[in-house]
Amino acid sequence: MELLVASAIGILTAAGLYLVLRLRTFPVIMGVSLLTYAVNIFLFASGRLTVGVPPILTDATTYTDPLPQALVLTAIVISFGMTAVVVMIALGAFLGGNDDHVDDPKPEADAGDAS
Amino acid sequence: MTHWIILPIVLPAFLAPFIVLAARYHIGIQRVISVAGILALIGIAGGLAWQASDGTVSLYQLGDWAAPFGIVVVADRLSTMMVLLTAVLALFVMLYSIGSKWDERGRHFHALFQFQLMGIMGAFLTGDLFNLFVFFEVLLIASYGLMIHAGGTVRLRAGVQYVLFNLLGSTLFLFALGSIYAETGTLNMADLAVRVALFDPLQSSGIRVAAVLLLMVFAIKAAIVPLHFWLPSSYAEAPAPVAALFAIMTKVGAYAIIRVYTLIFPPQLEAISGLHGWWLMPTALVSLVVGMVGVLAAKKLDRLVAFSVIGSMGMVMVSISLFTPEGIAAALYYIIHSTFAAAALFLITDLVRAGRANLNLTAQAPIAGGTLTAALFFIAAIAMAGLPPLSGFLGKLLILDAAFESDIMVWVWAAVLGSSLIAVVGFSRAGSTVFWKARSVAPEDGAEIAAPPATLSYVAVGGLIALLAAHTVFAGPATSYTTAIAQDLFAPNAYVTTVLDTPGKLSDYQDDSHDDDAAESDGTVEEDGGH
Repeated sequence: MELLVASAIGILTAAGLYLVLRLRTFPVIMGVSLLTYAVNIFLFASGRLTVGVPPILTDATTYTDPLPQALVLTAIVISFGMTAVVVMIALGAFLGGNDDHVDDPKPEADAGDAS
Repeated sequence: MTHWIILPIVLPAFLAPFIVLAARYHIGIQRVISVAGILALIGIAGGLAWQASDGTVSLYQLGDWAAPFGIVVVADRLSTMMVLLTAVLALFVMLYSIGSKWDERGRHFHALFQFQLMGIMGAFLTGDLFNLFVFFEVLLIASYGLMIHAGGTVRLRAGVQYVLFNLLGSTLFLFALGSIYAETGTLNMADLAVRVALFDPLQSSGIRVAAVLLLMVFAIKAAIVPLHFWLPSSYAEAPAPVAALFAIMTKVGAYAIIRVYTLIFPPQLEAISGLHGWWLMPTALVSLVVGMVGVLAAKKLDRLVAFSVIGSMGMVMVSISLFTPEGIAAALYYIIHSTFAAAALFLITDLVRAGRANLNLTAQAPIAGGTLTAALFFIAAIAMAGLPPLSGFLGKLLILDAAFESDIMVWVWAAVLGSSLIAVVGFSRAGSTVFWKARSVAPEDGAEIAAPPATLSYVAVGGLIALLAAHTVFAGPATSYTTAIAQDLFAPNAYVTTVLDTPGKLSDYQDDSHDDDAAESDGTVEEDGGH
């Protein structure tokens, strides 16, 4: 299970980083979303992976750590809100400038060569 | 337990929704609420600073839960000083945005401003790393709104860059927090300080990675080269009052580095040896030089000021990364100075913009109110470049003095003095082009003469300059206070014991677990490292 989760985090991170480096708003936002999925799973796994045990202290010998689950919830809410904000700002910038590049435009390059 | 400590966070958090809900269409009422709120904040922050000034560490447990389980808010000398600095800066920035009518150019300026203050205050006061992340997000999401205030395509484009860069930074922050939690099982700063000290240096790879990740996150916030790329365009394109308020945001990164890397990962900690001296110091020197070269190379006045912010952050980081009490004390003195100087420069840039077609560093027709603006620019530029007689010079002197004993004294002195020279050249070139050469250009026929900026704008800028002068005149008490802060930071026992030993809910359980910790501490750490 550790291998599965670890490789899932790795693949998500790699794909996310690749997309972020595309420097167009849509792939970059997709990439950032993938990165947040990766970090959510990473946070979840930081309390150790256990199956079928309660998230509270009981008389039983094993329990799963409840704190990372709370952290992940917070992280999910925040990243969701942030993604919504960046989508709106990026949409505004695209509609205003007719160009969806994330990096600074070259002084002479026009929006025409964007395609 | 006093409830006053939480007020700098709660007050703006209540005012902001109130402004949105009750005073949505009344800019006058919004202004009154905003200014009154900031004045109250200054009062509260002053009271907290007074309370902490004798070295007391006060603690507020949210929901009365005891420390490692609940979230705590801690007011010691460092955090109360930063809170007071933020509140005072906010007042002058708010006065300027009212005077220049920036707050009318888009909606919800005042509400976002209060949310921004809430995030900054929370980041300074919190005693929990995950809570620090949450407050970073609060201040960031408010800053996204402020950054694109008044709209415009160029500003939106810069906003996209700014938001995306910070989203990546937040992701990195979460990775760092996950690694720290996986290694230590806690996120409370005081508890972390105890647990990280128990690590076996031979099994410390996990915590080393976490420490480096966390440093990178704070370096993004503090705009240290090579993680500074977000700063120039976002600060230059942001509305001037917002950019002036952002002058404190880079300091949030510097504050976090000071706090975390003296409390949790102190320089003498063997598990992360080399991080402070080998990595932080060279990057700080490079950002100092890059910032000041940027000042010389900038083609527009707003970019010039943005690069001077990078340079001054480099200066602060050089002093911090000495990691001696003298270095931290000098850095704190310089942080106060550079916050006011950068804010004043951004506001003056806006005064210049009011009378010109653009901010290019070319000779253009004289601007309305040019004489007074030029005088203010002259003083602020002297302060930022670090020439006598203002506090920039004293701060730089303190930093040079703190570096005198260090092994790399030659490098520090060369970088600080060389970059100062470059900054002086850059600022004087900009000032003489914008203000002096304007006399040689005749205004175009038929061009309408813009009205001079409002008196309130000048009052706000003049207030910031007066604060710089006061910071120079009272440099003696200021440095002895920052020295006391630095000594607190290098003897964090008072902080740790106040946070961990104050009783609250679950503290019976905490006492038990602490006994266990004492007995089995080696065992737990090994078990964690083995996974």
